[in-house]
Amino acid sequence: MWKYILKRIIALIPVIVGVTLIVYFIMSLAPGDPATTILGDQATPEAIAQLREEMGLNDPIIIQYARYMLHLARGDMGTSYKTKKPVSIEVFSRFPATAKLSVMAITFSTILAIPLGMLAAVKQNSFFDGASMIFALLGISMPIFWFGVLEQLLFSLKLGWLPSSGNDYWYSIILPAIALGFHNIASVARITRSSMLEVIRQDYIRTARSKGVPYGTVIRRHALRNALIPTVTVLGIQIGALLAGSTLTETVFAWPGMGRFMITSISGRDIPSVLGCIIIFTLCFSVVNLIVDLAYGFIDPRIKGQY
Amino acid sequence: MAKKKQTETVVMTANGEQVIKKQNLALETWRRLAKNWSAMVGLAIVIVLVLCAVFADVLYDYDTQVIKQNISNRLQAPSGEHPMGTDEVGRDVLARIVHGSRISLEIGLAANVFSLTVGGILGAIAGFYGHRVDNIIMRIMDVFLAIPGTLLAICIMAALGSSIFNLIIALAVSGTPGYARIVRGAVLPVRDMEYVEAARAIGCTNKRIIFKHVIPNSLAPVIVQATMHTATTILTIAGLSFLGLGISPPTPEWGSMLSAGRAYIRGYAYLTTFPGLTIMITILAFNLLGDGLRDALDPRLR
Repeated sequence: MWKYILKRIIALIPVIVGVTLIVYFIMSLAPGDPATTILGDQATPEAIAQLREEMGLNDPIIIQYARYMLHLARGDMGTSYKTKKPVSIEVFSRFPATAKLSVMAITFSTILAIPLGMLAAVKQNSFFDGASMIFALLGISMPIFWFGVLEQLLFSLKLGWLPSSGNDYWYSIILPAIALGFHNIASVARITRSSMLEVIRQDYIRTARSKGVPYGTVIRRHALRNALIPTVTVLGIQIGALLAGSTLTETVFAWPGMGRFMITSISGRDIPSVLGCIIIFTLCFSVVNLIVDLAYGFIDPRIKGQY
Repeated sequence: MAKKKQTETVVMTANGEQVIKKQNLALETWRRLAKNWSAMVGLAIVIVLVLCAVFADVLYDYDTQVIKQNISNRLQAPSGEHPMGTDEVGRDVLARIVHGSRISLEIGLAANVFSLTVGGILGAIAGFYGHRVDNIIMRIMDVFLAIPGTLLAICIMAALGSSIFNLIIALAVSGTPGYARIVRGAVLPVRDMEYVEAARAIGCTNKRIIFKHVIPNSLAPVIVQATMHTATTILTIAGLSFLGLGISPPTPEWGSMLSAGRAYIRGYAYLTTFPGLTIMITILAFNLLGDGLRDALDPRLR
């Protein structure tokens, strides 16, 4: 098991190098000279040339990337053009807010979605099944940002129950977490239903039933565990959508996280900050996917046996 | 029995053998699709959207009704004259939504065609040749897939700046690896089929085998992916525009209309409701159609 984990972590390294290289290269296409941006339009050509040399902007892009990665390994992501503070401080001070929002969203939506999908499968073709699948389809089709706006309209403006923006109270997280998790409920419930439907037709389920095991126990102990594997896969894929979705949710709810910082940095042409945010997002995605892959082993002993 | 009869009549009416086979497959898929009412609802909505996009100029004049501001007419609630009301500078919301369908569908289509072509060729090469070629192409695609699609699009838009052309590039690039993976997965089982072996035995070139045998036989999952991915693309266009990274005003785009309407949410909720509903119905339609196509194209699922 430990050997497998180590192997997977080592396999992650080329992926991380790859994604950071792609992101770094794309961001280097941004028009405008960083030295001019820092010094302002009034700076003399000599001063700009000197700063370019100091920043290593005259080196080939691959050397610049290698230097960036070396600095990144030490937790240095450069200096923000706008606030003149280190990007690492700007990004990591906002990271907990985004992490909290994402974890809340995924937890609440999974807790809701798995029983929903299970019930829909067990009571296939019932009214509950139809209703929950219509709900799931609506959830998949609902744009996060519109759902967030609707929530604000109902719970903040009309009813006045919850704050419409910011992170000032402990309950401020409720609306953004629901908006972010709603899409996830739909996808997870749908996949749980279809894999559950497949599993409950298996022979071992019939065997367990004919041996006299109560139906509820069969569903919980025998069927659910086998049905969860596709669900976990979808959860892993959903994390990517969740990270991108957190940008939209944070913008709607003025949530002080990384996503919102990234968008304001983009409009301020603050390239080091944008780069820092995107790199942290992609690193999170890779690490979470690794965790999801390892989670298979805990759910399915057959996969664990292959380690 | 009935199905067999139909096959026979097609054989009698058609001229060449190849034609018969293709017609049959398409016809049979269509018949299965037509039985699925939710897919039909999706298809109907998609057709209405396409018609809106094609005849947008006939319905509403772009310069005088979609772009031109008319302050004296601002923020009027939905009425007979303006079924979806007017926005903060007096433009008809329905006119903008109708023209917005053209933007969303055009960009969605252009990006999808690009992703499908590039991703499809890469995936087909990887799946067909296997071994080293497969490894190199798919490891590169894996790296792209390790970046969430929307985030990759945000990254490209942040670097290139917002314009329609850049938006198409961003969506096309972020959609390509998904297609490559689907096409590779579809080509792999076909590659080892007996008819491919037979084609090779009679001396067909690889190019001919790929275009005449492999691609037509691995089309089904690609069609499903194309439908589903259109929904994702349209949603991403709206999301990026909502963030101010996609299409900038005054061009009518659903996401940016919704974003602009947020400032007037107190009292003028319809400014966000109609664009939001339009996006949702569009995505729903493509998803329903995609689900239906998947069931119709894969007889094993029935």
